[in-house]
Amino acid sequence: MINILLFAHLQELVGESQLKVELSDVTVAQLKEWLEKQYPQLSLQQIMTAVNEEFATDTTIVKSGDTIAFIPPISGG
Amino acid sequence: MTVALFEIINQPIDVEQVRQKVMNRNAGAITLFIGTVREITNGKKTLHLEYQAYPAMAIKMFEQIAKEIQEQWPEAIVAITHRVGRLDISDIAVVIAVSSPHRKVAYMANEYAIDRIKQIVPIWKKEHWEDGTEWIGDQLENIPYPQGKPVIREEERKA
Repeated sequence: MINILLFAHLQELVGESQLKVELSDVTVAQLKEWLEKQYPQLSLQQIMTAVNEEFATDTTIVKSGDTIAFIPPISGG
Repeated sequence: MTVALFEIINQPIDVEQVRQKVMNRNAGAITLFIGTVREITNGKKTLHLEYQAYPAMAIKMFEQIAKEIQEQWPEAIVAITHRVGRLDISDIAVVIAVSSPHRKVAYMANEYAIDRIKQIVPIWKKEHWEDGTEWIGDQLENIPYPQGKPVIREEERKA
């Protein structure tokens, strides 16, 4: 099971801050594609990701037990 | 008890408390950056802001920034507190304190910290205007990141 965290507008579009999905050993790119199919309102192409709190790329492998966060362009400070 | 140098809180920030975290007998200068909520941005009136963070990762990124500062200015000590939740005009969103034996380093390291916060720390703000709301994206307009993610200095060196 992969734990998915959503923030800012992504959270509002999906209506959840957290999703748990029964997937494993998928790339970030595959997971983005999968999520976009489940939630057609989402566009994740320009969205950064972090796997287990470290910035990841589209080719990073996500395993069962991992937490992946979708990180829209940030605006802190 | 050790003091947490980096914090995400949902209460008003006590500036003096952040300053005290970097105070030590070798300090000859402390710079404080206080980021506050501005009313007018590009001619548009903000009613209030809402900040959201990914706290666990945000703290890690604050630590990363401190590490980068340590490498460039070993004598600098940095503490950062960012507030989340609803903030009104003139409320303090972020406080960065840097101490060092001499002022120049304290100024430089402090500016470096706020620049990096805007690049790598997962915190978002939502503008509430009279006519609507919007989560604000990257204000630096450097999206998309050429490497698909922001540059972390360590990786830059490895590359």
